[in-house]
Amino acid sequence: MQLIYEKSRPGCRAITFDPLDVPTATMPPQLCRVSPASLPEVSELDVVRHFTNLSRRNFGVDSHFYPLGSCSMKYNPKLAEAVAAEPGFAGLHPHLSSDRAYLPQCQGALQLIYETERLLAEIGGMHQVSLQPIAGAHGELTGTLLIAAYHRARGHPKDTILIPDSAHGTNPASAAIAGFKVVEVPSNGDGTIHLNAFKGVLTASVAGVMLTCPNTHGLFEPDVRRICDLAHEVDALTYYDGANLNAIIGQCRPGDLGFDVMHFNLHKTFATPHGMGGPGAGPIGVGERLEPFLPGPRVVPRDDAYALEWPERSIGRIAAFFGNFMIAVRAYAYMLHLGAEGLKQVSEHAVLNANYVHARLKDVYLSAFPARFMHECVLSAAPQAKQGVRALDIAKALLDFGLHAPTVYFPLTVKESIMIEPTETESKATLDAFCDAMLQIAERVADDGQRLREAPTSTPVGRLDEVRAAKELNCAC
Amino acid sequence: MYPDNLRYTREHEWIRDDGGTCTVGITAYASEQLGDVTYVELPRPGAEAHAGDALAVVESVKAASDVYAPVRGRVLEVNKALEERPELVNESPYDEGWFFRLDDVSAAEMNGLMNADVYQAFLKGLEA
Repeated sequence: MQLIYEKSRPGCRAITFDPLDVPTATMPPQLCRVSPASLPEVSELDVVRHFTNLSRRNFGVDSHFYPLGSCSMKYNPKLAEAVAAEPGFAGLHPHLSSDRAYLPQCQGALQLIYETERLLAEIGGMHQVSLQPIAGAHGELTGTLLIAAYHRARGHPKDTILIPDSAHGTNPASAAIAGFKVVEVPSNGDGTIHLNAFKGVLTASVAGVMLTCPNTHGLFEPDVRRICDLAHEVDALTYYDGANLNAIIGQCRPGDLGFDVMHFNLHKTFATPHGMGGPGAGPIGVGERLEPFLPGPRVVPRDDAYALEWPERSIGRIAAFFGNFMIAVRAYAYMLHLGAEGLKQVSEHAVLNANYVHARLKDVYLSAFPARFMHECVLSAAPQAKQGVRALDIAKALLDFGLHAPTVYFPLTVKESIMIEPTETESKATLDAFCDAMLQIAERVADDGQRLREAPTSTPVGRLDEVRAAKELNCAC
Repeated sequence: MYPDNLRYTREHEWIRDDGGTCTVGITAYASEQLGDVTYVELPRPGAEAHAGDALAVVESVKAASDVYAPVRGRVLEVNKALEERPELVNESPYDEGWFFRLDDVSAAEMNGLMNADVYQAFLKGLEA
């Protein structure tokens, strides 16, 4: 496909200016370009065709099955989009909240913030929620800053955060940016936390423990309560990474399991758009101990109106205004639309779908762990790799079936890993089509390995040179 | 695949005693598991490390991993060639793909590491 610059023809224009009917004015010469801007010269129809054809090559959950493990590429219900497009939300200027005089004009938005926080607090079993963090990892950073503030305020600063090797990948980076030393806790052979290894590194200098549950192996941690209790015995706080909350929503609450602080990925659990870069939202929930340190300002109901107040020992703002407010609008619509019963079904169907896929594939691809998976399953292409077809080749071959590839080579603890997260909205017919494709590919490994190593062949671009892409970054093109 | 004159760690580094100084790299098993190496971050000469401290980073198309000091020592020299040609780690893990040289290494610590036979038995255990 040509770039729009390659379609440029000298003199071609998409715009015809109206005849001049006002007096001419002279532009100061220092504001004028020396040479003309390098813009493509194309007609309106060229532009429309170019971008329409580009858009037809988009691959997304609105067009295809997208079982990217660990990422929860959920369908975004159009109802939430319609609510977010309401002019009362879409046309609201965030600075209206900056002046007390205008607060009466944004009461609806403030009410939505307050009620979204209360709904999330109920779902997480948390005392308070802040919508400010604008991504999951931003929520992690905020949470670890709260943990640091808590220990500082008690006069016992601590320097270490414990993180299992099955944690969400961003946890160590978030803790390090918050100033902590990170100590990794290994998994046992079952893919869950090695409890004795955990006890071995749980010292008085541990400020907090960050758990992802279910973990990135797709497994629920059976010792989660015990781990929280042990951490509390040395005055370490427990952080629940909500990346996989979609597996347990409505079934159990992190607060009830013993967690002091958590984040929610609205773009995962609550089906808001998931742009692989934003805008996302990673609200944090806290127990009573951390409430005084929350980011501000907070929306609070006072008399018959919503007001803004600062927590007494706030860590300050961590995002402009109220975070990605329009994402919160979508999550609020999603929660009210599904209701308590509907949210329970989300986790039930997510877990059922992942286990259905696992059951259909586990005799051909190696099952990574013996336990029952939650919302995603981890298989290994180690048997296929022995015959020369690696997880990467299988992922690429799936593209020729019109299916998005699952996550491969993550989690790192599993060789030739293939991590499949179908999400709750997919039908049995779609899951079967995916499983059939996976099984067909496996059948071709022995006799047709070369073609699999060359896949995909039906996509707009074929096999990309990943080594060159990683080594020769060219941002200027 | 696993030369007899090297010592090995559970993290898949190798270390060779060159008489006075030691050379460190990652094993053929490690480079095969990583896949095509795209970038290597090397330590600063003069850096001091204890056994198990992360001294270098190796990135491949699949993952980024730390490379640890197999024993305590001071970084004497690093393999500058890896900055331009990280693929040497895959092509020649024990020779041109070395990472860094250490001095002030204790012989006792070296002897505590695995020899080629023990390392291969350890790898068998990982495959099981």
